[in-house]
Amino acid sequence: MDPSTIIASLQDAVPGAQFERAASVDLHATVYVSRDDVHAAALALRDRPDLAFDLLAEVTAVDVWPREPRFELVYILVSIANRRRLRLKVRLHGTDPHVATVCDVWPAANWLEREVWDLFGIAFDGHPDPRRLLMPEDWEGFPLRKDYPVQIHMTPRSSAALQVTAEEFRANVMKDRLTRS
Amino acid sequence: MGLESEIPILTTSVEKMVQWARRSSIWPVTFGLACCAIEMMAMSCSRYDIARFGAEVFRGSPRQSDLMIVAGRLSRKMAPALRRIYDQMPEPKWVISMGACASIGGVFDNYALVQGVDQIVPVDVYVPGCPPRPESLIYGIVQLQRKIALQKLA
Repeated sequence: MDPSTIIASLQDAVPGAQFERAASVDLHATVYVSRDDVHAAALALRDRPDLAFDLLAEVTAVDVWPREPRFELVYILVSIANRRRLRLKVRLHGTDPHVATVCDVWPAANWLEREVWDLFGIAFDGHPDPRRLLMPEDWEGFPLRKDYPVQIHMTPRSSAALQVTAEEFRANVMKDRLTRS
Repeated sequence: MGLESEIPILTTSVEKMVQWARRSSIWPVTFGLACCAIEMMAMSCSRYDIARFGAEVFRGSPRQSDLMIVAGRLSRKMAPALRRIYDQMPEPKWVISMGACASIGGVFDNYALVQGVDQIVPVDVYVPGCPPRPESLIYGIVQLQRKIALQKLA
């Protein structure tokens, strides 16, 4: 399907939104959408029968630091019924990168968006579970950003052996039994 | 050790006997982190057969293990879990750091990996290689057996 046909269909579904076709070297159509229209566009892409992109294959991002807008968020969509793919891109500025979640449109977005938040620091507004996915939960910084250092020399975090008294141990066992029964 | 002529009895010291018992049946914990674990498995299987040295009984529980073979790169997120497994092992216990990644970080000199597991657990034997061949790891275990044989009880 030609990207301009997709854009015409999207324009019809989301009036007032800005869509822009992008050059691509493969045969997959690539369409830019502005940040505020992502959610409406996602709904239209999923529900319109001529689009019917019912599978969200991947959410990833590109960091082109130090240029601005710094981030390009990439959604790779698959239409099983129409047998085609679409690359939906969103440009985001580095000062406050955030975008509406599409978890309610494609549940597959949950972990994918968590991964993008974890590694690029792009926030997803309305995400049901906005925790880190790969890095430790108390990690500072976003490792896949271009201005993040490759090597950091710090003492790794370890765990201390749990020291409990005999009474505490017995109390823990009893508590465990009570919660299981 | 001495041998009485008529009666089938060996005399020895308690220390020597304990050292012999400990080094002759080292039970490693089933714990692999990366590709080194594949070589560790090969070491325990029929072709290389660590059973010849009495260390083939890989235990699924750290409570039943004497040896932890840190086989692979250790991420910072995994470090507390590795330390916990080590803490759960009963004394006496030993650690082999297998391969370049476990020993010094290997090629992964980056933010995500611990640059040497000796920052997390005390290491007895370092086995070099990327990954070490099963023979190297067997050599490492034999070195550990020598070390155990020299450990004093008190």
